[in-house]
Amino acid sequence: MDVKTKDLWVFMETKEDGTAKNVGIELLNPGRRLADKQGGKLVSVVIGYHTDAAVKEAGTHGADKVLVLDGKEYQRYTTDAYTNAVEYLLKKYAPTSMLIGATPNGRDMGPRLSSRLGTGLTADCTSLDIDDASGNIEWTRPAFGGNLMAVIMCPNNRPQLGTVRPGVFKKPSLCENKAEIIHEDFHVPAEQIRTRLLKTILEDSSDFVDLEGADIIVSGGRGVGGADGFKVIQELADALGATVGASRAAVDEGWITHSHQVGQTGKTVGPKLYIACGISGAIQHVAGMNSSDVVVAINKDADAPIFNVADYGLVGDLFEIVPALTAAIKKNKA
Amino acid sequence: MNILVCVKQVPDSNEIKIDPETNTLMRQGVPSIVNPFDGYALEAAARIKDKDADGTRIVVLSMGPQQAEVALRECLAIAADKAYLVTDRKFGGSDTLATSYILSKAIEKVEELEGRKFDAIFCGKQATDGDTAQVGPELAEHLGYPQVTYGLEVTAESDGLHVCREAEDGTEIIGVQTPCLVTFTKPSFDPRFPTIKRKLAARKQEIPHLTIEELTNIDQTHIGLKGSPTRVKRTFVPPRKKSGVVIKEETGEASAQKLYEMLCNAHVI
Repeated sequence: MDVKTKDLWVFMETKEDGTAKNVGIELLNPGRRLADKQGGKLVSVVIGYHTDAAVKEAGTHGADKVLVLDGKEYQRYTTDAYTNAVEYLLKKYAPTSMLIGATPNGRDMGPRLSSRLGTGLTADCTSLDIDDASGNIEWTRPAFGGNLMAVIMCPNNRPQLGTVRPGVFKKPSLCENKAEIIHEDFHVPAEQIRTRLLKTILEDSSDFVDLEGADIIVSGGRGVGGADGFKVIQELADALGATVGASRAAVDEGWITHSHQVGQTGKTVGPKLYIACGISGAIQHVAGMNSSDVVVAINKDADAPIFNVADYGLVGDLFEIVPALTAAIKKNKA
Repeated sequence: MNILVCVKQVPDSNEIKIDPETNTLMRQGVPSIVNPFDGYALEAAARIKDKDADGTRIVVLSMGPQQAEVALRECLAIAADKAYLVTDRKFGGSDTLATSYILSKAIEKVEELEGRKFDAIFCGKQATDGDTAQVGPELAEHLGYPQVTYGLEVTAESDGLHVCREAEDGTEIIGVQTPCLVTFTKPSFDPRFPTIKRKLAARKQEIPHLTIEELTNIDQTHIGLKGSPTRVKRTFVPPRKKSGVVIKEETGEASAQKLYEMLCNAHVI
């Protein structure tokens, strides 16, 4: 595709109530920097149903322009409706590039678009820049479970597409809303949507494990020793208002359910504080938690690789340390 | 139902270590395994076959070097009826878009060889080496099929497939017409193991190779490094955290107390 503008786009995913998901607003932060560097406008693409709140949020967080597609068929994400809609917009305006949040929906739609448009897509980026010599975006992403970082470019095809990991960038600060708002009229007929939602099974709120949204996670691994051992983990989590996580070893042993698993075959998390108890730190676990702001590791084995990623490392028996930590927190709360 | 399962041979990520001296990835001597997510896709196919043994055929397809035959034989031992390997030096250096293009052309060829179309293409959600999760949806688009990602379980129904998938706030069941493509993530159950009998049979099975000679339908400008829109500019091992503090007091209790104070002072809690 030939580029028609120097503009940079940020895809803003919406929730069913029409408000914006955090990641779309976060992406306006690196988006502004990249758009300025390439001398174009920062454009936010809002697709959803009753999207006024999301459109406003894009403007108050610095978008120069907001492209809006509002329709009932966009209320709940479907691959076909969203791919067709974004394809329409990209072909009409032909921007240089588009950032997409690396949410489950973003990672469902991104590759579909790259394949349809015959252009490059870089997955799950954690850092973005522009190569001064060529003007191409440098997409930096983890591979091998975060043990290797790769810098990817898409030199000859446009638009340049990438999904960007949620929680990596901070939301830009609020500013005066000067955004130009453009309502587009494009609808996807029902027969073009080849999937249908038959049933949703919302997790019982008492069973629901919100690892991805948690500010603090206390995780247990093989060192916890059994299902009973998770009691001390749960107590610390309760004292901190934290969510309980687990390593694959603990899940495979059947001590805790898979919905608690952090790591390559579990959830990828990025809390403010991650406390790893009795977790050795296998690559597949670290892949899921190494974007946490602060990591505490508690382990008997001083050579455990988890200490390589820890900000605070405690060598010792978790059954002494964890209850003592819980007690200290409770004492100071009281 | 005819099901094609796409699999990739990957290094066992539990065995990969970082060389502490050079800070580089130690890949040598790391055993290769079937990408775990592809294993879940194969299990999903096997469960359809459990319910309808006579009416279900499972074919596995992999793209990779000759050595990837080992992964295909494992799939044959677990549940697959037939395996094909897509292999050619010219395919090397392909990014996800070029890879998915080659796979789409290989699927056309396999359908010709098998004498029937596939009703469903199953893939792992992502491979544990690249972690992109892009090949499945890109392949679906090349084929023009609908897709369902993050599948956990699937059943064959009269109106197509019903896929139970992981959603952000629980699970949902999606109905999708066939032919379609489904990618799978980790379910709550463990995939089956191969039996000795199947293992022995798998060892003898012939695995046809599909090279550029066979895949005459391929446009060679869309494959390999040259046909890939993305380029790896450089790779590096991320710097280790240097700021890590070790807390080791006389007792566990004292260590906990010190940690508590440090976390409070740093305004973490």
